[in-house]
Order: sequence, then structure tokens, then C-alpha cells
Amino acid sequence: MAKSALLKSSIGKKYWMALTGLFLCLFLAGHLAGNLQLIFGDALKFNQYALFMTSNPAVKLLSYLTYLSIIFHAVDGILLTIQNKKARPIAYAMNNPQKNSSSASRNMAVLGTVILVFIVTHMVNFWAKMHFDEKMPLQTVRIEVQPGMAQEFYITTAGGYMPKDGVELKNKTDLIDINAHVKVGEAYKDLHKITFAFFKDEKYGLIFTILYVLAMGVLAFHLLHGFQSAFQSLGVNNKFTPALKTFGKLFAIIVPLLFAIIPVCIHFNFILKH
Amino acid sequence: MSSAKNININLKIWRQKNAKSKGSMETYKLDNVSTASSFLEMLDQLNEQLINEKTEPIAFDHDCREGICGMCSLYINGRAHGPDTGITTCQLHMRMFKDGDTIFVEPWRSKAFPVIKDLVVDRSSFDRIQQAGGFVSVNTSGNTIDANATPINKNDADKSFEAAACIGCGACVATCKNGSAMLFVGAKVSQYALLPQGKVEAATRVLNMVRQMDEEGFGNCTNTGACEIECPKGISLENIARMNREYLKASMK
Ligand code: HEM
Ligand code: SF4
Ligand code: FES
Repeated sequence: MAKSALLKSSIGKKYWMALTGLFLCLFLAGHLAGNLQLIFGDALKFNQYALFMTSNPAVKLLSYLTYLSIIFHAVDGILLTIQNKKARPIAYAMNNPQKNSSSASRNMAVLGTVILVFIVTHMVNFWAKMHFDEKMPLQTVRIEVQPGMAQEFYITTAGGYMPKDGVELKNKTDLIDINAHVKVGEAYKDLHKITFAFFKDEKYGLIFTILYVLAMGVLAFHLLHGFQSAFQSLGVNNKFTPALKTFGKLFAIIVPLLFAIIPVCIHFNFILKH
Repeated sequence: MSSAKNININLKIWRQKNAKSKGSMETYKLDNVSTASSFLEMLDQLNEQLINEKTEPIAFDHDCREGICGMCSLYINGRAHGPDTGITTCQLHMRMFKDGDTIFVEPWRSKAFPVIKDLVVDRSSFDRIQQAGGFVSVNTSGNTIDANATPINKNDADKSFEAAACIGCGACVATCKNGSAMLFVGAKVSQYALLPQGKVEAATRVLNMVRQMDEEGFGNCTNTGACEIECPKGISLENIARMNREYLKASMK
């Protein structure tokens, strides 16, 4: 009985909501650190980060945990919400909930669903391109080889340069010497370029930027209630709770705000380095 | 009270013949209500008027009328036990309302608290949760040990006492957007879990009470905190956290 209680009972479901929710908060912090390279780092730094995120085995494990957490959190959250709706079959004719609770706390499922839609479109726009797109661009630089004559080079993961017209591509990123037919290096997928093109798009760039900022607003409200709520669900309510609540509020505002600043900077050209 | 005056009010009250019938909100006008009277006295006055008009009086729950039994209920103007805080409906006074006000009066709304008639709901689901584990087993065959023979940490004793102040009124369920009974169950679990006498059965108690709570059809807790604010006895959310800890400990065994 005890084992199934941890999955099926009302309290058991809340432990899972809290654990997955807090794990996703850690994920957000990590993801943010990477994204900030888009405005504080240069293209190479960002693409190196993107490669690291898709190849390092430890990071891979963490990313599978993240996918699982999102699915589990969303499914469990929706199950809980359905059960909760059933617990009050007849609504009040007159209800005044704003007198006793925050609107974020009463709308976690709506906020969560918006976040889910955001995550899916976000993954289609960036993650899927990085992982599966055959036509994903690779990072190149134009270097002046002689005065007045510039040439395109791939930047290799080993830190070198390969002239673009001296190699051909295999397995998306492998650089093969056209004469010797041997692999001479690997190029970086240019996620930086994709991202900038996305938010600077002539037609849709502004709309994408606005939608992104709105989604981060929704995330902020989800976390404004969710962060401290997770600790209560796990049974942590003690003398540190007031400090934890303050930290949670700061986290809920600062993290989505920093995420939101990035596309705004890209769209309006407030970039330190390219 | 010298400052008392009379007001005229409109009431929108849930009427329902019996558990099976559908029910609806009905409108009543009541004149000359003293602001010194209690909310339940106002309903008594309305019932007299209804009896004089040869209509069925409104059924509502009450017993002690002094805020200690937990029998009175009522969702008044969208809030459990009405607009005042830290009180039960029997302690609500008409001075909280103004002349010409329209007051909504509804029964607790919860799947686990079905309406029996008008404003009266069946709260026996709370009794069944209590019976599932809200007790300590002691041998009462003439050799009961004096409770004070066991030394208890003052802080724990105080917290247990605060939890024991819950009168089982159900306002927490009524106000919770999820119809969750966690504040009630949290209080009942905590009251025993904090005391040495209650520790013996702590694991089975919390598992059984939570299982019964789920079976009765109460919702889950989203930690909105509405229950703590509307609870007439100021039962703290700490009790829900304690129950969650106790439950985790018990499930790992
Ligand atoms: C990065 C994304 C997300 C983060 C960091 C996050 C974080 C959290 C946290 C910390 C909680 C509090 C858990 C608790 O009260 O114990 C929570 C609750 C909740 N989340 Fe999320 N969440 C995210 C995405 C989602 C998504 C995609 C959904 C999809 C529907 C969702 C639905 C919910 C719901 C319904 C609750 C309230 C559950 C309840 O009734 O207590 N969340 N979230
Ligand atoms: S916890 Fe408070 S609101 Fe809930 S039943 Fe007990 S006294 Fe009533
Ligand atoms: S009638 Fe007893 S508490 Fe209100």
C-alpha cells in the first residue's frame, strides 16, 4: 500500500509535482546561464555551449531528466486539476476568492498549460533544428587572406579554420577534404545565427519577441506561487520559510526577466559582441 | 447596544427540498433587521416571516451559537463564515452589513459534503476520516495512566493544542478552490503526531486518514492558503506541511 500511495494518493502526487517543479527551476537557471551568452558572449562561445549541451554525456542525462520532468509535471498537474474540479461539482453563485488567495495560486493549471505550449513551440523552433535539421547552417567566418580578397572558413571544434571550398560535408558537421577524402575536422552548428535570424525576422521577429516576453511573464506568475509552494508540499515549513519565500519571489521575477531581455536585445540590436 | 439601528436587506438564498432535488437561489426581502443581531438571528427573523407567510422556513445548521461547536456553516457573500475573519457564522453580526445590501447565502459546496436540505450539508465524511485514525488507542479498563505523567516539550504541547482547536466546521473545504480537506486532516494528524502518546500509531494514522480523505472525494492541496485565512480557529498551514512530512515518513516504511 505504501508504495502505491506515493504515486496515487493526493499527497504523493504533490511530492512529484514539487520535485519535478524544483528540478525544472534548476534547469531554468542552467538554461539561462547558457542563453545569456547570446548577449554577453560572442557567436563562437554560444555555439560551443550549444554543442556542449547536445554532446556531453552528463548533460545528456540531465536533459533526459528534464524531458521526463516536464512530461511528468504536466501530466500530474492536469490529473490533479481534473480531480480538483470534480471535488466541487456545483459552483458558488457568489464567490470572493481574491480575499484569501493570490490569482497565480488559483490559476496554476492555466499558467502551466501556456508554458507547455511555449515549451513545445520553443523546441520546434530551436531544439529540433539543432538536433534533426539537415539544413542547419554551420558557423563560418570571412577572413581576408590577401588584401582585397576575403574567403569563407569553417571554424572547427578543434579551434582551427578550414576553407569552405576545400572541404565537403558528411553527417551534417564532419568536414571532409575534397582531395584527400579524409576527415579534417568538425564544424559548429550555427544556433547563434538561427536565433538571431528568428528574432530579427523582418516580418515576424517583433511578434516572436513579444510572444516570448509574454510567455516569460506567465512563467514568472507560475513560479511566484510555485517556488515556495513546492517546499510546503514536501513538508518544509519552518523558521527558514519566510526567507525561502523571499528567495522564491526574487527567483520568480529575476529568472524570467533575464530570459525575456535576450530576445528584446537581439531584436532591437542592443548586443555587446557579435 | 446604543449604536444599533435597523436595516432593510435583500437575501439570495439557496433553497433545496432534499438531497435528491435540484435546488436554486431564491430572493427574499427582510426589513427592520437590527444591526445588533447575529447573522443566525437574522435568519430566524426571516424564518418567522416565512412561517407567517405559510411557506417552508429555511433549514440551516447551528448548535452552540457561541463559536465553539463547529456546527454552523454558510457561504456568505462569497466567503466561508462571511466577511468577518477568525469567526464562525454564529459569531457574525449584522453590523457588518449596510442598509440595502444584497446578501448571498449558500451551503458549503463540496462533493464530499452533499446538501441534505437548503443550507444544511452532510459532513459525516469528516467523521469517517476521524474514525480512520484520529484517535489514540488506550486501555481504559480501570488502569488508565494520567496523561500528565508523561513529560511533554512545551513547544510541542502548544502546537498540538493549537491544532486541536479545529472544530471540524468544514470552512477550509468550502473555501478551497479544490474542495480540499487538508487543513482539517493536517490539524487532526498534527494534534496527535506532536505528542508522545500519538507517536505509537503515527504511521498508520496518517496513511489511513489520508486514504479516507481521498476516498471521500475531497480535492488536493494547491497551497493557495485560502483555508488558513478563512479558518475560524486560525489553524496554520504548518499543519499541512507536518502531515506531508508524516505521510512521507510513513510511506517509506
Ligand atoms: C519550466 C517549467 C515549469 C516550472 C519551473 C514549474 C514549476 C512548478 C512548481 C515549483 C510548482 C509547485 C509545486 C507544488 O506546489 O508542490 C508547480 C506547480 C504546478 N505546475 Fe508547474 N512548472 C513548470 C511547467 C509546468 C507545465 C508545462 C505545466 C503543464 C500543465 C505545469 C502545471 C502545474 C500545475 C497544474 C501546478 C499546480 C499543482 C497543484 O495543484 O498543486 N507546470 N510548477
Ligand atoms: S481547520 Fe479550521 S476551517 Fe477547517 S474544519 Fe477545522 S476549524 Fe474549520
Ligand atoms: S453554532 Fe456552534 S460554532 Fe456556530
